[in-house]
Amino acid sequence: MRLEPEPLIFEMSSPGRRAYTLPELDVPAAALPEGYTREEVNLPEVSELEFVRHYTHLSQKNYSIDTHFYPLGSCTMKYNPRVNEKAATIEGLTQVHPLQPQETVQGSLELMYNLQEALKEISGFAGVSLQPAAGAHGEFTGVLMMRAYHASRGDTKRTKMLIPDSAHGTNPATSAMSGFSVVQIPSDRRGNVDLEALRRECDDSVVGLMLTNPNTLGLFEEHVLEVCEAVHACGGLMYGDGANLNALLGVARPGDLGFDVMHFNLHKTFTTPHGGGGPGSGPVGAGPRLLPFLPGPVVVQEEGQYRLQAPEQSIGRLKAFYGNYGMFLRAYTYIRMMGPDGLRQVAEDAVLNANYLKALVTPYFSLAIDRSCMHEFVVHGDIPAAGVRALDVSKRLIDYGVHPPTNYFPLIVHDALMIEPTETESKEMLEQFAEIMRQIAEEAGRDPELLRSAPHVTPVFRLDEVRAARNPVLCYKG
Amino acid sequence: MKIDEKARYTRSHEWVRQEGTLWTYGITDHAQESLSDIVYVELPGVGEPFKQGAALGALESVKAASDLLMPVSGTVREVNEDVASSPEVINSDPFNQGWLLKFEPENPGDWETLLSPADYEALCASEGE
Repeated sequence: MRLEPEPLIFEMSSPGRRAYTLPELDVPAAALPEGYTREEVNLPEVSELEFVRHYTHLSQKNYSIDTHFYPLGSCTMKYNPRVNEKAATIEGLTQVHPLQPQETVQGSLELMYNLQEALKEISGFAGVSLQPAAGAHGEFTGVLMMRAYHASRGDTKRTKMLIPDSAHGTNPATSAMSGFSVVQIPSDRRGNVDLEALRRECDDSVVGLMLTNPNTLGLFEEHVLEVCEAVHACGGLMYGDGANLNALLGVARPGDLGFDVMHFNLHKTFTTPHGGGGPGSGPVGAGPRLLPFLPGPVVVQEEGQYRLQAPEQSIGRLKAFYGNYGMFLRAYTYIRMMGPDGLRQVAEDAVLNANYLKALVTPYFSLAIDRSCMHEFVVHGDIPAAGVRALDVSKRLIDYGVHPPTNYFPLIVHDALMIEPTETESKEMLEQFAEIMRQIAEEAGRDPELLRSAPHVTPVFRLDEVRAARNPVLCYKG
Repeated sequence: MKIDEKARYTRSHEWVRQEGTLWTYGITDHAQESLSDIVYVELPGVGEPFKQGAALGALESVKAASDLLMPVSGTVREVNEDVASSPEVINSDPFNQGWLLKFEPENPGDWETLLSPADYEALCASEGE
């Protein structure tokens, strides 16, 4: 059944209707200074009931992990346990102010300290700062730390960041933001970093290399130790993009593999809300060499007391106050509820689910690289014989009530569909999704137009993305 | 895939044509096909010099953003203002109306470093494997 389109609230406007009443004025009226008033403001005028219905209708059209399957690759859209929300509303932890004297918020500081310690243990790093507000912010933090490290040694000729061609787009963006030039390293036929190409670029102008492991093809980087060795040998540092950490929990530790710095995505791996403004949280872990450069403050413990302190050669503050504290409550709750064995099982089940789904889907959509995958896998989403592109398959998935996988990424795979089921989906859900993919492949052979004109059940049909990008209309003009 | 027999090519899917002392430059039919609908073009200013392999501008499509790379070292002498307002001509006519800029090569002998139409076709075929 098709969802009804909802008019804009401006279109519902009727002059004189109000959804609010102001209390009577009990102070002397004061006029606004000249030039600060407008006669025409063009605000919608609706009643309270119309207002409530409008936003309730919009909320009912919302799509979320609480309502549907969400196999959006590289985003780890896993279930956010309700116990997290319970912990995040405990009064003693929430009724605090960031400017309170530290001795009066010892419980909150202890929780932050324990979260730092837990993330250190999980990742094998020497220290963790909880400051960054999200993944890309964590990357920016890590690259600033790399820059500060080289600068502290007077090593100013390093301007080149090495980035594999399978990297998240934020990696080159972060490097450019930090003033470095980007050198792309190709992948080999098994989807690993091409070691020979890497070694050709390793010289004394290298800042470091940014590596995602497992990479965005969902494959474990088989040469990770050699990559770290080659980059370290030329004086560079290893940045770990922790977006895909879900596949490694309790199995391998980035700090042990040779990474110098890495960000965590609490909103992916550690079940804090993802999307819709989260907010995210992207703590950064550092090995011994980069430890002194962590952004501050971090929480330290001395004689049973917790206090905030800036690391020795800290790059400074990256966020107002102490980071997205509400997310620390949720992530810490998740880590303690799961425990070490539970976290290892998260990784094992995420990898098992992805491999099972891969086996179910590949009869209909071919694999980009035929290897056992980690927590996600990438297929070619097009059906050339039917003239159907990955985008058409994705749009048709919406008709079946499934959020499309990540489209056209990684860029090195043509018509990529990147599928990440996460560990929280059942065997039945995976089979149901595979059956939908089978039906769509069959429809493509029988009636390709059905796919090319999808979706058919949404309030608006196929959007003209090209026109929207070329001639965006961003304001309501009445 | 369309190909211009008079042009030479780069591994990053740009074409170059000699037109007097200036060389005309654009992206190939294969490149526009892979990018799909192009929605934004960023071109350099006239008079700007670029080294071979340097990013001189960028294209953005509904799918991806991609750098434009300088095929040989040279200085920009003319840019196609029409593609900025109607980027769709790059999709519809990449070798003619969709040209991006004209530049003066530092060393005209660099022509020989570019791929011939046959070599470029072979490159696209091997990438499609």
